[in-house]
Amino acid sequence: MRCTISTLHDEYARQLERRHRAGTFFAGFCSISTWSSVLVLAVLLGAVSWQAGDTISWRFLTSYDSRNAENAGVLAGLLGSIWLIGLTALFCVPIGVGAAIYLEEYAKPTWFTRMIQLNISNLAGVPSIVYGILGFTAFVRMFGIAKEAYRLNLGFTTVNFTLPFGRSLLAGALTMTLLSLPVVIIAAQEALRAVPPSIRHAAYALGATRWQTIRHQVLPAALPGILTGVILAMSRALGETAPLAVVGAATYITFAPGKIDSLADLAANPGGLLQAPFDGFTVLPMQIYNWVMLPRAGFRQVTAAGIVVLLLVLFLMNGIAIFIRQRFQQKIRW
Amino acid sequence: MIPTSSPPDAIDATTVKTGGSLRHTASWLRVKEAIIRWLLFGCALISVITTASIIFVLLYEAVLPFPGHKPFFAEVSLWDFLTETRWTPQFADKHFGIMPLLCDTLLVTGISGIVGLPIGLMSAVYLSEYASPLRRNILKPILELLAGIPTVVYGYFGLNVITPFVLRPILQSGLGLDVQIFNALSGGIVVGLMILPLVTSLSEDVLRAVPKSLREAGYALGATKFDVSAKIVVPSALSGILASFLLALSRAIGETMAVTIACGQRPILTLNPLVQIQTMTSYVVNVMKGDTPAGTIEYNSLYAVALVLFLITLSMNIVSQFILRRYREVYH
Repeated sequence: MRCTISTLHDEYARQLERRHRAGTFFAGFCSISTWSSVLVLAVLLGAVSWQAGDTISWRFLTSYDSRNAENAGVLAGLLGSIWLIGLTALFCVPIGVGAAIYLEEYAKPTWFTRMIQLNISNLAGVPSIVYGILGFTAFVRMFGIAKEAYRLNLGFTTVNFTLPFGRSLLAGALTMTLLSLPVVIIAAQEALRAVPPSIRHAAYALGATRWQTIRHQVLPAALPGILTGVILAMSRALGETAPLAVVGAATYITFAPGKIDSLADLAANPGGLLQAPFDGFTVLPMQIYNWVMLPRAGFRQVTAAGIVVLLLVLFLMNGIAIFIRQRFQQKIRW
Repeated sequence: MIPTSSPPDAIDATTVKTGGSLRHTASWLRVKEAIIRWLLFGCALISVITTASIIFVLLYEAVLPFPGHKPFFAEVSLWDFLTETRWTPQFADKHFGIMPLLCDTLLVTGISGIVGLPIGLMSAVYLSEYASPLRRNILKPILELLAGIPTVVYGYFGLNVITPFVLRPILQSGLGLDVQIFNALSGGIVVGLMILPLVTSLSEDVLRAVPKSLREAGYALGATKFDVSAKIVVPSALSGILASFLLALSRAIGETMAVTIACGQRPILTLNPLVQIQTMTSYVVNVMKGDTPAGTIEYNSLYAVALVLFLITLSMNIVSQFILRRYREVYH
């Protein structure tokens, strides 16, 4: 009897050793997998900056695209991206936050609410190129109605535009709005849900109406979360290329939207700000895509330099989002 | 003595002074509340309208025969579309068989799955079971950063780094295989890298949702950490992990710019990952870039391709959401 137990014990000890070895091996494998992502990121950033070389300069940032690599610059894309993101945020934030408020604060759990919610999470998974096709059909061509030019006289300036919008900044921004909307709604909903119900109850108890409660209590409390979500959504929109390629961001363009590329221009022609949404445009990733497909010599460096600029802008936006999250999350304690 | 508190903001000074108009103010407030409520409802409705218009636009140009308008499937029969093995809209001899585009898309998706899914799952296990809080705090933002890199950058990485510096030295110089400049493998690898952070973060959420009691029960029975992770936590989270895989693969199918740049523009029916191919998404981008006149069959074919793409990704998303919801019900 004693003999059997001791053999069992030996067997167990041997097995345990083997199991621990397998465990160490497994843990090492998992760890290597994870850190390999870090390696990939490092290689990617390293390769791009190495190939960019010394192409990045003040001249590169402040000149337009060109047929030869030495003169090519990123200005049209940079200004186009800023305009596009600005307009997209202008349309997307009110609608997205409004929808989130409705779903979190007003909607009763009926089948219709559940349908809207399910629909939003499905929209978030629709490929971006499908949004491109939607935008092209609905905003650029407006289902094929005949194109007509209009002139809007505002006294201090005139704005020229066409209906349908054609391949304009506005059509691009509206497309990006539809694309970013699900992301913004979901982020805003999460931020609103994080505000404890006791805050609302306290406001109701003091006689505030539902909207007063939302406007003065819930929204301010949820603001950092909403802001973080919006910035992240906009940084995703900044990197999107496919829908804009379909909607018609130009591949080669040598002017800024509204012909404004300096403060002096802005002072001389403030009406250009209203004209800009109806102008043709390009964006940073679109320029990069155009350059990457050019077989001409020297454009590989230009492409890499464009990517470095794009990534810097993105990292800056992400940094701001992380800063807001850190700063306000620590402050608020319920 | 009890300190007197100041009156709450909600009561307007004018209402108090004029007394009688309190009811008036209240009814105006009620109207305002109703208007705001409907405005917000309108915002929420826009998402439904978006879905409806996507479906309408795709069906209109591809399927619905309105008077004075010829949809794609009026000119190409559904049978030809599904069974023909050539996709040659730009040639004089036009053939519209979706098979080559579908096959090329699935080839790239398959490669991306082989690269992204196992590494993503391993990373998720590491982050949820093994990593110290400090390492987690370092790794999570790096993964977020990886997920935030635009797809054109991945395309550039595939075309100008993976193919010339990884694939060609190993496969061409080393094994004597012919690797074309544009190839499915480089595209698949970069798409795999793209979906990796998605798999990791979704699977990690699922793994962390496995109740602690299951792990503790395992330890109490003498299981090692490896036993607990690989034989208890991962199997209990299996359905959620599968859902995250499905979601990631549907993302890979819809991915456009990386494959357009790295894989090329030649739709052929092949499983050879070293030659130039064309996915559904890159077909759409290429035709749209070229200013194809509306109303032509080539233009309408875009909508047919987009419809197939939409249906595939939508069904994958719906299934994965269904699984995830069931999974949450089990553990919450």
